[in-house]
Amino acid sequence: MSFESTVAGPAMTAPPTKKPAALARGSAHRANGLWPRLRTIALALVVPVSLLVLWDLMVRWTGTRLIPSPFGVAVMMWDFAFGGIYDDAYSGSLPIHFWKSVQRVYGGFILAALLGIPLGLMLGRIPLLRAMLDPMLSLLRPIPVTAWLPLSMIFFGLGPKSAVFLVFLGAFYPILLNTVFGVKSVDARLFEAAGMLGCSGPQLFRSVVLPAALPSIFNGLRLGASFAWILIVVGEMTGVPEGLGAVIMDGRTLSRTDLVITGMIIIGITGFLSDRILVMLSNYFLRWSPQHHA
Amino acid sequence: MLDATTNRDAPPVILEVSGLNKVYQASNGPVEALRSVDLTVRKGEFICLLGASGCGKSTLLRIIAGFEEATQGSVGVYGCEVRGPGPDRGMVFQDYALFPWLTVRQNIGFGPSHRRVASQEVDKLTDRFMAMVGLTAFADRYPHQLSGGMKQRVAIARVLANDADILLMDEPFGALDALTRAALQEELIEIWRTTKLTVIFVTHSVEEAVLLADRVVVMSSSPGRIDQDVEIELPRPRDVASVEFNRLRRSITQQLTSHVGGGRKVAATADS
Repeated sequence: MSFESTVAGPAMTAPPTKKPAALARGSAHRANGLWPRLRTIALALVVPVSLLVLWDLMVRWTGTRLIPSPFGVAVMMWDFAFGGIYDDAYSGSLPIHFWKSVQRVYGGFILAALLGIPLGLMLGRIPLLRAMLDPMLSLLRPIPVTAWLPLSMIFFGLGPKSAVFLVFLGAFYPILLNTVFGVKSVDARLFEAAGMLGCSGPQLFRSVVLPAALPSIFNGLRLGASFAWILIVVGEMTGVPEGLGAVIMDGRTLSRTDLVITGMIIIGITGFLSDRILVMLSNYFLRWSPQHHA
Repeated sequence: MLDATTNRDAPPVILEVSGLNKVYQASNGPVEALRSVDLTVRKGEFICLLGASGCGKSTLLRIIAGFEEATQGSVGVYGCEVRGPGPDRGMVFQDYALFPWLTVRQNIGFGPSHRRVASQEVDKLTDRFMAMVGLTAFADRYPHQLSGGMKQRVAIARVLANDADILLMDEPFGALDALTRAALQEELIEIWRTTKLTVIFVTHSVEEAVLLADRVVVMSSSPGRIDQDVEIELPRPRDVASVEFNRLRRSITQQLTSHVGGGRKVAATADS
């Protein structure tokens, strides 16, 4: 029971552009030209552009000094990426922070996938293993990843290992639970079909269980990857000098809101792009299943 | 009725079901699905298990396939006790049960490629059986791109390519429209003639049973048991409009109805 409970989530990971894209696809089938694509992009841009305008207006109207205008953030982003404007400790430092964070996010995420998928496949198929591990995993699951912070600093010290561990913890459960769910919902007929064709035992895992559970596994991977990006900020609170999360924490300490917002935007964009990559992979591997195309 | 012992040059017995009982434990007590079922099938025979819903015909087929265990009794193929599903008994399901992530070609080659057959051999086998069911042009399609009739052709070819001795079919054409069903019935007879397979075919349509079978095994329900074993000696190809065909059909229908509540028209004849 506890396994299914977190599976309802996948829809939440859908990027905000998904709805217009899905709406436009219907018309794309008919026209299949430039116009439907442009329309998709235009529809997706309406809300963010309006928000930018609203942000700018509100900053001007209230005259606040706590929040920079969109233009101020844009200047900061330029300086953060290429330097040449403020020439401070953060000028032109985007590549190094970005690279460190990407390493930690994908380190933790890949670790979680490497452990979560095989364990999930086995938990879904082997009742004995499920009876042994399910209660334990269900007990550990509700503990917020942030609560592990002090312990992970004791286990792994102050530094990147702690960050990777926290990202791993955050990505592990959605991957595991969705894999288990996928395995449990494989049509029993397919096992019968495989059995009467002479496929049994360990062969079943590769030939039936894994491909049949793949749609759910990809859901889990997408959820896990988004959690990984969420947790990188927490992970990089553990006293690492570099990384996008560390930059945001520094920005907070230094009261440099433009730096904080810059970090947020870059994490948002990177998280979105990394989700798109997973969607492309998923579309490729699930090309046999039209209803799983995103 | 078939009397096996007197027929000296009859083909060998391929399947022997004896004293089969099946009791399910339901929440409101045990349910007797099958009671003392005996069935002998000779190599190359086309048997139809006929009965209304709930008479246990599908249960019997699933026990023969090894998907379910009998409470009592035994199933033997060439004298070897059946202890689970195996490649000697290929099943064609009503809902196809194709592997949706595999193409037509890969589905048909699934059995051989899991038996470490060399990939060139697998290709030859799949080519042959794809041609037999007329799907060569659709080799690289996925199941979701196929019609029901095409899916069922793949399912049949998949079992043939796996070199099964017995073809078990569980209402295989039940979900198809009348025209497709007629075409597939004809193809199945053709395949059966050329491959000399043994077929056990579950249906609730009297017409389908009389059209296809050498022997129609009529079953009745609560508990499921074999009621009658009718040999159909009409020459093939059979004409559904002929007098003999309809005489047989009527007598089997009467046999069925007499069990399902005194003369009421049964579901079994509704679609035939």
